[in-house]
Amino acid sequence: MTRNLKSALFSAVLVLAVAYPILGLKLDIVGINLAVVGASSTTVLVIFAAALLMFLRVLFNEQISAMWRSRPQKQLVSDKASNFLTLPSTQRWFLGALVIAALVWPFFGSRGAVDIATLILIYVMLGLGLNIVVGLAGLLDLGYVGFYAVGAYTYALLQHYFGFGFWICLPLAGLASATFGFLLGFPVLRLRGDYLAIVTLGFGEIIRLFLRNLTDITGGPNGISNIEKPTLFGLTFERKAAEGMQTFHEYFGLEYNSINKVIFLYLVALLLALLALFVINRLLRMPIGRAWEALREDEIACRALGLNPTIIKLSAFTLGAAFAGFAGSFFAARQGLITPESFTFLESAIILAIVVLGGMGSQLGVILAAIVMILLPELLREFSEYRMLGFGALMVLMMIWRPQGFLPMQRPVMKLKGER
Amino acid sequence: MSRPLLQASGLSMRFGGLLAVNGVGLTVNEKQVVSMIGPNGAGKTTVFNCLTGFYKPTAGTILLDGEPIQGLAGHEIARKGVVRTFQNVRLFKEMTAVENLLVAQHRHLNTNFLSGLFKTPSYRKSEREAMEHAEHWLEAVDLKAFANRPAGTLAYGQQRRLEIARCMMTRPRILMLDEPAAGLNPRETDDLKALIGVLRNEHNATVLLIEHDMKLVMSISDHIVVINQGTPLADGTPEQIRDNPEVIKAYLGEA
Repeated sequence: MTRNLKSALFSAVLVLAVAYPILGLKLDIVGINLAVVGASSTTVLVIFAAALLMFLRVLFNEQISAMWRSRPQKQLVSDKASNFLTLPSTQRWFLGALVIAALVWPFFGSRGAVDIATLILIYVMLGLGLNIVVGLAGLLDLGYVGFYAVGAYTYALLQHYFGFGFWICLPLAGLASATFGFLLGFPVLRLRGDYLAIVTLGFGEIIRLFLRNLTDITGGPNGISNIEKPTLFGLTFERKAAEGMQTFHEYFGLEYNSINKVIFLYLVALLLALLALFVINRLLRMPIGRAWEALREDEIACRALGLNPTIIKLSAFTLGAAFAGFAGSFFAARQGLITPESFTFLESAIILAIVVLGGMGSQLGVILAAIVMILLPELLREFSEYRMLGFGALMVLMMIWRPQGFLPMQRPVMKLKGER
Repeated sequence: MSRPLLQASGLSMRFGGLLAVNGVGLTVNEKQVVSMIGPNGAGKTTVFNCLTGFYKPTAGTILLDGEPIQGLAGHEIARKGVVRTFQNVRLFKEMTAVENLLVAQHRHLNTNFLSGLFKTPSYRKSEREAMEHAEHWLEAVDLKAFANRPAGTLAYGQQRRLEIARCMMTRPRILMLDEPAAGLNPRETDDLKALIGVLRNEHNATVLLIEHDMKLVMSISDHIVVINQGTPLADGTPEQIRDNPEVIKAYLGEA
């Protein structure tokens, strides 16, 4: 009992020590000086109440956990439902429904809603790409945003200096990112786990700093502005067409409406995301997809069977980077302005969070997680100060209740016909 | 007398101050079953690791059909047709039995990215053939009924057999088995013995194995190499080895 009392007291004091200086004291400007003022009495009361609760919680720890255990254990989702939801066939239906909804969406949603949906689709693309590297090949990549930046800057620079259009630059951006992925992957893929994560983290930062300091070419911290939007077979969606071009609304004899542009961008993003979905779906069932999984499970056995681990890892890294390149060039086109600050480590962390939250290896999970991760902060703009707190809480809760992610997918197994 | 397929001579492996293998030599002829025996810690698995490229031998030469292969990387040696199993089974546990066999055929498949993306006829054909080849071998090791079960859920003896089948999928020239009978009950050991016989007689396999089960070794080997404390102790036919006083001493200790 005394031991309980001791640790309970300690916990309560800890709550006070942490909470009071942060919440209970405030800096205020008095004239030209700063002064420390105490917070309102309610805040102080709440802090003390929290400390008291913590005291009781730790003091009666055993009783509470015994009570918790004696209650009938009910799972959040029953085993049967969970099994059904993770079947590849079920998820395919869900995916189909989602795609139809996504196709109809822009013609009913408001302008802002379509714009957010476009942003979500960019993250879906990034999530699907990173899913190849992290979810399938099991390589922890913390610098994924570097490839995203390479893609974005490839389009922006080619457009700025050579006047290339979006559709020509899209494959070039994918190619450029893939090349970077290949070049980086070659020396670092002999590293494993944590070491690989740190090297890739460094790589992402190096690219950002490089773009930032290469002021003569990339414009440094100011970035590159006035990047052209994609066109529909040469028809632009601007109000006035540039020299030698035609606008969409003139060609079809419509009234100019700026929402057309937003919807078109959305549809382009949807097209790219669907393409990524299709390619990755096929990859899963191809020999290379099997090799990625085998390599994740046992590298030594792979080597003993004559599979070259470096080449296989490199292919995953390169392909993942290519998808980031596509997403990047689209991002540049949508924003019209890119700066190195769009590609900070936080972006990498969000993309990784999408993959982990969604359930590693699951495409539907990645899509749902992208929606949650992008939509929630947009909906809760008033609470934007607590955004990181919210993400942290979400991560912790997920690890407790659903460590496998929202919607993990059972592996699509190759079956021998005629056997169970 | 068939011609030698694998010849190692003067093989040494040094880990810092420890000379784990010292001047071991062995010859495996085509379609022979050669066993390597010796007390625990004698360096048998180290020799295996040197032969298959998992270690780079400190000294010595290894010839595969007359071509030197020492110092090559593991996957390169495996591609030349020297394929091994492991003392502790190393299957891809989450993947099904048949998928394990498909992965092993990776090198022989159509891995072209675009043809897989568009499922071209040649890609479909290559996948179908891989599946048929896998089915054939599942039948050969009596595991067809378990084809779609995750490999990790199979019984230990079945996992051992699956691992051997997985090696055979790569169409090896020489199959190296590291203690294939370890942990098997007498009936499973008999099955294994029959399987090795089938591999040699019907599939023209050449086998090099490490084994402690003397009954098994004596009954299937054409030739036996004995290693003690990293050095070669004796080599000869099973009869010669059985009566060799040096070997008896190493195994049973000084009387």
